[in-house]
Amino acid sequence: MSWIRKTAAEQADALAAGEVTSVELVQAHLDQIAATNGDLNAFLHVDVPGALAQAAASDERRSAGSPLHALDGVPIAIKDVLTTEGLPTTAGSRILEGWIPPYDGTVTARIKAAGLPILGKTNMDEFAMGSSTENSAYGPTRNPWDHDRIPGGSGGGSAAAVAAFQAPLAIGSDTGGSIRQPGAMTGTVGVKPTYGSVSRYGVIALANSLDQLGPVTRTVLDSALLHELIGGHDPKDSTSVPTPVTGLIEAAREGAKGDLSGLRVGVVKELQGDAWAPDVVERFEESVDILKKLGADVVEVSLPSFVHAMAAYYLILPAECSSNLAKFDAMRYGRRVTPEGSPSAEEVMKVSRDAGFGDEVKRRIIIGTYALSSGYYDAYYGQAQKIRTLIIEDFRRAFESVDVLVSPTAPTTAFPIGEKVDDPLSMYLQDLATIPANLAGVPGISVPSGTSREDGLPTGVQFLAPVLEDARLYRVGAALEAALLEQWGGPIVPAAYQSKESS
Amino acid sequence: MTEAKLAGSASDRRPTLIDFDTVLESFDPAMGLEVHVELNTATKMFCGCPTGFGAAPNTQVCPTCLGLPGAMPVVNGKAVESAMRIGLALNCEIAEWCRFARKNYFYPDMPKNFQTSQYDEPIAFDGYLDVDVDGETFRIEIERAHMEEDTGKATHVGGTTGRIHGADYSLIDYNRAGIPLIEIVTRPIMGAGEKAPLVAKAYVSALRDLVKALGVSDVRMDQGSMRCDVNLSLAPKGSGALGTRSETKNVNSLRSVERAVRYEMSRHAGILLAGGKVLQETRHFHEDDGSTSPGREKSDAEDYRYFPEPDLVPVAPSREWVEELRGTLPEPPAGRRTRLQAEFGFSDLEMRDVVAAGALDLIAETVEAGTTPQAARKWWMSELARRANDTGVALDEVGVTPAQIVEVQRLIDDKTINDKLARQVFEGLYAGEGTPAEIVAARGLAVVSDDGALTAAVDAAIEAQPAVAEKIRGGNHAAAGALIGAVMKAMGGQANAARVREIIMEKLA
Repeated sequence: MSWIRKTAAEQADALAAGEVTSVELVQAHLDQIAATNGDLNAFLHVDVPGALAQAAASDERRSAGSPLHALDGVPIAIKDVLTTEGLPTTAGSRILEGWIPPYDGTVTARIKAAGLPILGKTNMDEFAMGSSTENSAYGPTRNPWDHDRIPGGSGGGSAAAVAAFQAPLAIGSDTGGSIRQPGAMTGTVGVKPTYGSVSRYGVIALANSLDQLGPVTRTVLDSALLHELIGGHDPKDSTSVPTPVTGLIEAAREGAKGDLSGLRVGVVKELQGDAWAPDVVERFEESVDILKKLGADVVEVSLPSFVHAMAAYYLILPAECSSNLAKFDAMRYGRRVTPEGSPSAEEVMKVSRDAGFGDEVKRRIIIGTYALSSGYYDAYYGQAQKIRTLIIEDFRRAFESVDVLVSPTAPTTAFPIGEKVDDPLSMYLQDLATIPANLAGVPGISVPSGTSREDGLPTGVQFLAPVLEDARLYRVGAALEAALLEQWGGPIVPAAYQSKESS
Repeated sequence: MTEAKLAGSASDRRPTLIDFDTVLESFDPAMGLEVHVELNTATKMFCGCPTGFGAAPNTQVCPTCLGLPGAMPVVNGKAVESAMRIGLALNCEIAEWCRFARKNYFYPDMPKNFQTSQYDEPIAFDGYLDVDVDGETFRIEIERAHMEEDTGKATHVGGTTGRIHGADYSLIDYNRAGIPLIEIVTRPIMGAGEKAPLVAKAYVSALRDLVKALGVSDVRMDQGSMRCDVNLSLAPKGSGALGTRSETKNVNSLRSVERAVRYEMSRHAGILLAGGKVLQETRHFHEDDGSTSPGREKSDAEDYRYFPEPDLVPVAPSREWVEELRGTLPEPPAGRRTRLQAEFGFSDLEMRDVVAAGALDLIAETVEAGTTPQAARKWWMSELARRANDTGVALDEVGVTPAQIVEVQRLIDDKTINDKLARQVFEGLYAGEGTPAEIVAARGLAVVSDDGALTAAVDAAIEAQPAVAEKIRGGNHAAAGALIGAVMKAMGGQANAARVREIIMEKLA
């Protein structure tokens, strides 16, 4: 069995046992990328020499008996939203074409400090705006389960890369579901940590008060390993919380033992109904039954303000991003388009922004600019912030009676490429279940819950926990994962990417 | 819109200026002063870059102050402390909880195309500063003092105006981007009447002294570390109303503040008396003739879309911290002036001149170093003031220390030199020729008291002016001055004048 089939934890163990070198691991993944990225477009940039050099350095540390971290030498992919010194970083936008950041984001720096070779940068919806990765200026990423379908978004690149064995680990960013929804679409695990527990320094901001980096992996344990590596306080991020990020790996190992007795699980009443595809609901109910069998105490809880979450989100996010994206003016970096004649700086800004931004980005800049305008601020942005407070209050009340909340991650399975590009509202609905966590800052995880009886595509189940209780997600997620793996007889893998050796 | 602008600019080319006294017959002025103070913190407002003045362009920058994608701000605690101390010195309340906001607008010298600034939640608010104008005290109410960051500095090359429109290209130095600023905003200052220009000047002057005493800024208006915007409006006399205001930006000397208020009063009156409407707009001040000209028109279209900066957590200074800082406040400048005037025994007139010349601190330091207040005042207000004026530098930059002045005065007191020779010692000090004693030695400036040399010189003078000698012999002792002058001239000013007089009297009386 090829090394790429192994989980990150298994690869780390093999490195520690001397069964494989980091160079061999990196080369195996680079080979897979070379063989499959033409179909998938999961990577926007692959750093072959850099990854191999970092792998060689890792191997030297191993043979000297001084690895930097348990994951030293295990390759990783990074969503193109996080700065990487010397590697292109575009956030999926034409306006940053050719920009090479002069600095590492904090998470990049932590990955380097732990010795993980960086394979490259993964595709995403432009500035993380979208739920399908179709809004990337560099073409859509395709779902490994069906190349005619979307892999979810905005982090479709990271999810597809992990699902297709191009990388065992990837970094995603989640503003309204961009880690979790692609996880559900591709049969992978994705975690949005508690807001402030992973540094945002170096993340090209979509909506600063909602964004959070997190792990994208094939197993719950791998997510825990990566989450602990990237988490923890960062003085460069003022919104970073000082609490150490620990106990996640332990919680995942504990959960995998399959005992959930005493755990109170709340099924969210507002995240059910007609919007949810029957085959998604079927898998969801099956997962809930498993939780019960494992000893969890399952009840239904109501979080009434969730029905307003989408509206609040689509005011707060555009407001913040309209301001964040103002810096892309072609004056200091990025792609500049200079009109004929002797244009003023203002004209260069205008033309460059018009050429550099895609339609969805422009749409949100316009909405956000409007929502912040004098005379409208209170009615839109102010009102949205009040809803946000109500949602935080809903979570607080719900977590008085349950330990975690559960819902399907996304309302449907992966839809065909092109189906929703002209229908932004239906695209936005993809994030119905994931947005409340971002508004309240609570952590969430998406775990594969099987494949649809109807179309054979993966579905996901989402757990949410109170702020800084990320460990609960790993416990319950690992328990469900273990039970499902036993039921399936192994992980669910897209047909085109199944191991030829084992089949 | 276009017509309004054209009409505005046409009238601005030749504004009708109304005589100041006539303005006051019909109108009450109201002023609002916005003063930006650049803090002297070692690092910038939101990043660790150094703030030193005069470094090569774009060498004191990082991802944060350049606004690179992904970079984030972190508040400089020292800047918050300085802001709170300014607030406390201005008798303000200090917010228990406040936030930064984003002020959104596009401009090439703005790295992020928004300025991170406090908006409706300032760190300090509801204070006042009392200022004295011709013996009358005006209480200037402070609406707020808030924290913000400076922008980059643009230099527009080519074109005629030095502004961005019409320039061939622009150079931008981001060293200044992110330097911490405190903006201090007054409530409308009303009721100053004819004294309005002087009140404005006195306020800015008092604020400068206060901030300087706090040690949180260099407050150099000439270097831009203190900048003033003057809002002015006129209302019909006695109405108590507020008229439409103009905002004259970057009025950067005390004298200019006074002139800008005066000019705008005359200009507004010219418009209003002709039945016109004052445009709400920003204006540029011209140092050469004290006039103003239109900048951009302020309209409803200008909407900064303020919202709380989501990358920064709120600033919530504990009450303990506030009280601790209150304990660090220096003696208020006005109280200190009163105390020093009494201690030094200066007359009101002397004190006013000393303060106006910016010499009070220097005199106080010189007295501290060991000489009398009158001696300290004499040197700072005459010789050194002249030197500062001649060389175009501030009084504290003439290159003479209080200790050196004390030494010069001691040489006079022990009669080694006289006042006239002392000026030559100062020449030596400006030239860096060493200590006053070394300069006296090197330049051979010591007064001659040797009777042999003096007697010879007196004899020569008597021989040259027999008529004068005869008058003295006849009892006209006042005539001795002519002989003393001749001896001093012959000896290059280095004669001990008292001894010369004695020798003359011995010989002729």
